[in-house]
Amino acid sequence: MNTDIVVFGGGIAGIEAATSLHRLGYNVIIIEKETFLGGHVTLWNKLFPNNKDANEIVQQVISSLNNNITIFLATESTKIINNHNNTYTIHLNNNKIIHTKAILIATGYDVFNAKLKEEYGYGIYDNVITSDELEHILKQNKRILTKQGKEPTRIGFVHCVGSRDRKVNNIYCSKVCCVTAVKQAIEIRQKLPFSEAYCFYMDLRMYGLNFEELYNDSQEKYGVTFIRGRLSEASENIEGKIIVKVEDTLLGRPLKMTMDLLVLMVGMVPSKGTSWLIKELELNFNSGNFVSSLDEHTKSNLTNKKGVFVAGTASSPKTIDDTLADSRSAVLFIHEYLKSF
Amino acid sequence: MNNNNTLSFLKKSDRTIDYDKNDRALFYYLMRVEPTVALCIACGACTATCPAGNFSSLDLHKIMLSIRRGEKVYIAKEITQCFLCGKCQLICPKNVNTRGVILQIISFLQSSQL
Amino acid sequence: MTKDNKQKIWASYQKEIADDNYYYARSCIRQNFFPAAEEMFIKILRKHLNKNIHDDAKHTTCTGIGYHSSIVPLETTMTVVARQFSLMNEVGCENFICSCVTSFGLYLEVLSTWKHFPETLSKTKNYLKEATGRTFTPPKNIVHASDIIYKYRFDLLPQLKYKLINNKTQEPLNVAEHVGCHYAKIFPESGIGGAEYPHVLSGIIEAWGGKIIDYPERRHCCGFGFRQYLIKANRSYSYTHSTKKFESMQPYNVDLILTNCPGCNYFLDRWQYVAAVTENKLFGKNNQAIPVLTFEEITALLLGYDPWKIGLQMHQIPVEPLLDKIGINYSKKDKYLGTKGPELPEILKY
Repeated sequence: MNTDIVVFGGGIAGIEAATSLHRLGYNVIIIEKETFLGGHVTLWNKLFPNNKDANEIVQQVISSLNNNITIFLATESTKIINNHNNTYTIHLNNNKIIHTKAILIATGYDVFNAKLKEEYGYGIYDNVITSDELEHILKQNKRILTKQGKEPTRIGFVHCVGSRDRKVNNIYCSKVCCVTAVKQAIEIRQKLPFSEAYCFYMDLRMYGLNFEELYNDSQEKYGVTFIRGRLSEASENIEGKIIVKVEDTLLGRPLKMTMDLLVLMVGMVPSKGTSWLIKELELNFNSGNFVSSLDEHTKSNLTNKKGVFVAGTASSPKTIDDTLADSRSAVLFIHEYLKSF
Repeated sequence: MNNNNTLSFLKKSDRTIDYDKNDRALFYYLMRVEPTVALCIACGACTATCPAGNFSSLDLHKIMLSIRRGEKVYIAKEITQCFLCGKCQLICPKNVNTRGVILQIISFLQSSQL
Repeated sequence: MTKDNKQKIWASYQKEIADDNYYYARSCIRQNFFPAAEEMFIKILRKHLNKNIHDDAKHTTCTGIGYHSSIVPLETTMTVVARQFSLMNEVGCENFICSCVTSFGLYLEVLSTWKHFPETLSKTKNYLKEATGRTFTPPKNIVHASDIIYKYRFDLLPQLKYKLINNKTQEPLNVAEHVGCHYAKIFPESGIGGAEYPHVLSGIIEAWGGKIIDYPERRHCCGFGFRQYLIKANRSYSYTHSTKKFESMQPYNVDLILTNCPGCNYFLDRWQYVAAVTENKLFGKNNQAIPVLTFEEITALLLGYDPWKIGLQMHQIPVEPLLDKIGINYSKKDKYLGTKGPELPEILKY
């Protein structure tokens, strides 16, 4: 089959771009590896900084989809051939072959595999979970319980798990984890009013609109305690509680604390799809192994291959508003490119 | 053999902040009587401007953190060096009522000694 | 606590351990404090595993103690290490076993230095040639003695007369392990199981029926450290570190502590004695101290050797409670063979 543009990834970046491209009159095909659209945002509960329900965003983005956009769900590509005449041939694992003029990479990210940080005991100590697992529990409105079946009274959040860390080869900052930790700490305190929440941070990156206000509220209204220090280890005591060791850097003394639950703020790494496309299309990648843009300031959606564009977290960690803006920007670049044919 | 533990001085004292064992009564008291204490982000501007800190060990930034950790002994020792000039209150970017906090700490410590 | 991911970590940090034809480098201090330990290791390899192990009278200390205390310069240490390898070449061995964990860390450090800074290797070759006329080639495989017992733990299992099980209740014994710092913390890929969850001792405990106790301060150093310990006035510092570990073990009712480093064994044994005398404190079950054994001693004990013939009376913490739990028969009067034995503090007489 022939088309103007193939969008890899049916998350909000891919869908937003597809909708706009279709409105501009182009033939669009979306390829999504899961059985559902919406990507990671479908897994989130409430969004920072204003506590909006993630479902709202997903519904808003998906509802503008047009029936004339072809969507292949539960599908992946097996091979892509650059025909060197400004077209690409894409083979799918449903045995379809697509000839397209342009490709948009919107395959996004995966969360960092917390098992790689052995010293935190993820997957070994029962009461160590990741931030996306906590978000899942909050979304399902389940009771937050320790593995021993009790309501936790002390919950710790560990920032920078898998980010800013040479030991796991991820030097970059994943941007969203700090404000997510503040958000989740507030949510925990709301759900469990008799609990204490602690955030163990190296820096607090409250850069965005209303982030600082959220941080203020977390201290003023919800009594979250922030301890500046990177966790060195987590171990388990005889009751299954987690003992953490951290340097209270501002006081200059080591600190030891027993927590009921430890939440690891896992960062973003390029998704398997993103990595595969980088290899298959011979794209340049940056130090975080995300897709490299031709120019960070002025050509953020262009790659080193003509006709191949990138939007969303496939090129770097982003928030939802970043992603949607980036996606719309990609549409304009693609439109200018396709017009020239 | 020695049964009165007179040799236990041989052991070095642990400088780890044992958060589980520390008593945070002062913090909870302040949260009731001077809730702006919760706003502190330990930026250190108060300590930087403090005149007493030039010639004594008074460090309000450290005291604010120690309140949260429950390090009562340190606070009791250091807080008496403050002469309540008020410069810390002027500079605090979070509008913590630092003078109020200090006066309440002194009041708490005095009443807890009775 | 789930074990599945621990298994995955242990599997990813496996290393190559040679099969046979070993050259044995003894420890400076292990045989001074626990004299039968190294003899038993050699016996276990020769008699019970049918391996060739060369015990050389000509080898010296690796100078690890001196190097770590900044008394012996690095060049001297490298030359001494080169001589050890030369002796190994001389008897036709390619596989090196260190008895001491600090030695093991030191040999790895020297080999790594030679690899990354080749000029040090050529300098060492010159120094050795000038001092002794010898040449050397590094070993193909270098492991710690506990790695060998770990590798053959299932081969030894059918030969064991006893297991790490309480004879009366048939419950597994609570065994805490302490792996020496230099085993895996410097080069995690050279330790079985890596640095966070080393498996070399827990694997042996598990295979022989015991229950592994993961106490919170498991990773904490015993405080040996050499440099501060050499000065008597600093020993309270080392004592405090070990006590931190004991206090962490206390809630678990530990029956036995297993170690692989001679220094750690010495400390964990001796400081419990000091705690009993100076602070009146005991950290084991039923108001007793916790016996501390090395991996060679526990292997020999479970194989059925008489506890007093393998030197267990040299430990400062009485091992009788452990022997009773396992169900080993021993003779009280043979412990000190005719003498009355050392004076024990009241608190340790049980």
